[in-house]
Amino acid sequence: MADTATKGVTLSEAIVAEVGAGGHATNTGYSNEKLGMWVFLGSECLLFGGLISTYLLYQDRAIEGPLPKDLYDIPFTSVSSFVLLMSSLTMVLAVSAQMRGELPRARTWLIATALLGGIFISGQVYEFTAFVQEGMGFTTSLAASAFYTLTGFHGAHVTIGIIMLLSLVSASANGKIPKERAETVEIVGLYWHFVDVVWILIFTIVYLIT
Amino acid sequence: MSTTETKPESAEVEAHDDSHDDINHDDIDHDMHPSDWKYIQIAIILALLTVAEVALYYFPPGPFEVPMLIALMIVKFVMVLMWFMHLKFDSPMFTKAFVAGLGLAVTVYVAVLSVFEFWAG
Amino acid sequence: MALTEQRPLALTTGDEVTTDHEPLGVFRRPTATVGWRSWLTTVDHKKIGIMYGYTAFFFLLVGGVEALLIRAQLAVPNGTVLGAETYNQVFTMHGVTMVFLVIMPMAAAFANYLLPLQIGARDVAFPRMNAFSFWCFLFGGIFLNTSWVLGGAADGGWFAYAPNTGVVFSPSHGLDFFTLGLLITGIASLASAVNLTVTVLNMRAPGMTLMRMPIFTWMALVVQLLLVFALPVITLALILLMFERLFDAQFFNPQAGADPLLWQNLFWIFGHPEVYILILPSFGIVSEVIPVFSRKPIFGYPFMVFSGIAIGFMGWGVWAHHMFASGIGPISVAAFSLTTMFIAVPTGVKILNWLATMWGGKLTFTTPMLFAVGLVGMFTIGGLSGVTHAVAPSDTQQTDTYYIVAHIHYVLFGGALLGLFSGFYFWWPKIYGHFLGERMGKAHFWLMFIGFNLTFGPMHILGLQGMSRRIYTYDDGLGFNFWNMVSTIGAFTIAVSILVFMVNVVRSRSKAKGQPSVGPDPWDSRSLEWLTPSPVPEYNFAEIPVVTGRDEFWSRKYGEDENGRLVRQHSDEEVCEAPGATGIHLPSPSYWPIVLSFGLPFIGYGLIFSLWWTAFGTLFVIAGIYGWALEPADDDENPHGHDDHDDDHDPSDDGAVAETSAETSAETTEAGEPREAAVTEEAPVG
Repeated sequence: MADTATKGVTLSEAIVAEVGAGGHATNTGYSNEKLGMWVFLGSECLLFGGLISTYLLYQDRAIEGPLPKDLYDIPFTSVSSFVLLMSSLTMVLAVSAQMRGELPRARTWLIATALLGGIFISGQVYEFTAFVQEGMGFTTSLAASAFYTLTGFHGAHVTIGIIMLLSLVSASANGKIPKERAETVEIVGLYWHFVDVVWILIFTIVYLIT
Repeated sequence: MSTTETKPESAEVEAHDDSHDDINHDDIDHDMHPSDWKYIQIAIILALLTVAEVALYYFPPGPFEVPMLIALMIVKFVMVLMWFMHLKFDSPMFTKAFVAGLGLAVTVYVAVLSVFEFWAG
Repeated sequence: MALTEQRPLALTTGDEVTTDHEPLGVFRRPTATVGWRSWLTTVDHKKIGIMYGYTAFFFLLVGGVEALLIRAQLAVPNGTVLGAETYNQVFTMHGVTMVFLVIMPMAAAFANYLLPLQIGARDVAFPRMNAFSFWCFLFGGIFLNTSWVLGGAADGGWFAYAPNTGVVFSPSHGLDFFTLGLLITGIASLASAVNLTVTVLNMRAPGMTLMRMPIFTWMALVVQLLLVFALPVITLALILLMFERLFDAQFFNPQAGADPLLWQNLFWIFGHPEVYILILPSFGIVSEVIPVFSRKPIFGYPFMVFSGIAIGFMGWGVWAHHMFASGIGPISVAAFSLTTMFIAVPTGVKILNWLATMWGGKLTFTTPMLFAVGLVGMFTIGGLSGVTHAVAPSDTQQTDTYYIVAHIHYVLFGGALLGLFSGFYFWWPKIYGHFLGERMGKAHFWLMFIGFNLTFGPMHILGLQGMSRRIYTYDDGLGFNFWNMVSTIGAFTIAVSILVFMVNVVRSRSKAKGQPSVGPDPWDSRSLEWLTPSPVPEYNFAEIPVVTGRDEFWSRKYGEDENGRLVRQHSDEEVCEAPGATGIHLPSPSYWPIVLSFGLPFIGYGLIFSLWWTAFGTLFVIAGIYGWALEPADDDENPHGHDDHDDDHDPSDDGAVAETSAETSAETTEAGEPREAAVTEEAPVG
């Protein structure tokens, strides 16, 4: 009673080798957690897309106070962006080390990633404080609210990422993240890179294109 | 428990689907994962692209500024996705899941901004 | 073959699970398998599905009472049952409750219960997250409704248009409960959507390709993907509104230069996919029911699948048809008018396919079949009125009148709700081992069907005669009196039919006490869930089935003779599983999902009243997150599941190759779930 509608479909005969760290069979050959993270990141596109669009709509609307674009310090933000970009490198080196079983090195790179993330966040805090002092608070205008909500949400995502990274380091130091569990580090890495990629969008669309 | 131990078992299974054979699963197979040096090279390129973006900001080439900035942004975006996030080497399913979200977001939000006549102003 | 334990931050070192180790959660792992505690800590998708079902039904009663209040108020001109302010709260909460706390979770009940069974899995991808989704929904729904006694409920309509819903025009806390409550239930839905998406994409039994899945599974998958992508948009809108109301952000303030359409656009970008989220599960249900009671396979399976995907996809391109009268300009209006007309096509395809399934079939009009056919008829009517809305000039007359209210209810009540009731009657014997009474079921159907048409049919007329929506009363002499009265009588008839249903549930249960189960396959059905015993044992399948075609279960029972006629080849005893398999490990129960979700409403209360509550709630959330992360997915010291393990059982000893693949896919829950299937005999093949 076999049907014919099976060839040419990627998710076809559902018998695959056992998946990496998880050890259980899945149709894609990849773990549930990794697939789950990618689906989640797909949904995050809609969230950040909306935040960016709201900002784009309102970027020039300020009855009171300065517009965000009047206050940008591009050199400062460029350095910030560079820091976050490099944190993606350290993240990927951490995953790589973890996969080779070099756990102390993996931890070092994870700490480096968290540190770079922390520097980025400090930069954001400094930048926002400066903006507030220059007269652009959260409630000052439409443009201000939209700007702070967008960058604030991004910053919150980075902060959550830092907490996850440090938790990973702590767990690893307690022996709970062996080489076989490299995928866990990889999945945290996916989240981290996504947050970096959103900043790539924000840096260009919000800061550079005026 | 490494996956290589179980490969022979799954090969015995009758309706073996070979569409997965080329995809390396989570084996630590260095052929399928870029080397650290490769990652560093990608990072250097990303840094250079960022420099280019900032240069464009300070020395805008007239009407080409915005398209070029967008192009650079897209290149950086895709590079992080393909190499750092490993999409180039992983199951197409991940790419589909993410691109679905991304594509939908871009389409829908461009449409909304059009309803607001954003492009005219 | 025992597998290693793999969980982020879990405590094993990745060794074989049979190695001795101390599972070190924060507290002792719960072990209850019966009693109320087992429900609080369950991670079993079936129990979770049942809890969704009962909770959604409870909210149906709440929303129903709100509806009766509305109809009581509008029964006569210048009614005095509800004042204007209260009326606004009642109709708002009626909508919010029915959409977010009834239809969505009722569909989730079916999706949760059935999806693993229909794809041949033992549970969903992330069982604890599944439990979390339920508790989060429950607490969010309760939080939302406590607004009634904490200063008044939301009163801006379920669509909450800003700036009307800003603090200037809506000063009470009601809308804060709205934004925060829906954010909480949104988290629940998003988590569940990721969970079920991964489950369907990754955990299907051997041989269960995508194009062999039951239509209900397909529709549920499309719904989960719609949720994954639509929920962030309403999350954004609610956050913008919440920031404006609580923190004075300027997003919708026209005096600050805000565009009044921002909210509408964001809301409806979510809102339109949302209505497909509401209807597709019911489409899936009737696509299961109609073939069984026509004794024919679904007509045009690929068309049913692709039309479902098309609806999901095209649903993103029509949202501004809710905004034709809001000044978006002629180009936008024309564009969305066209896209809206196009989206009628895939739905039409489905209606035709259901009819074609029935055509030439051997029809039995059991209660589930009555409800399913009811959906086909009533949704067609609702869809036709929808097509009249697509024509923008006529919609300009219809919008904001009772004509739209008629449309909404024909598609959501006549469509979604009738489909859900069909599902209850159809799957009740599988879940509980006894039928819901047929005679009372038919009484329920006819009372509901007649009451429903009496309530909402006249609204088409009222709308075209000019009766506005969302008005708390109307004057005498406008010509609205008669049909409003008819509508109110209809509403109370519906209420009676719901009572009949409830009595049916109770009576069927008591009559079934002490009776043997009706067996695995009382309706002679087609999909995999019907080969398990009824009620379904905790482990689902003693042996994961190997699938060789669509309607796998049917093909194991029936073959064809030389003339192409259906011949029963194997009896239920041969094909279905007997209960009582042993040695199957299941994911252990856990407290943390309920602990984590418990904190969320308090974060909400804090943001409305006093931040001390937020601190209190945050403690639970953090404790929940860390407890969860530190807890292994399975507790080996206290193994949960049926009886003993068969630790030494080596599946490759059993010879048949099919067995091995059955085993390896038995390990299909959270990463590295230690799993041992009890292999008793070979998978029977028809």
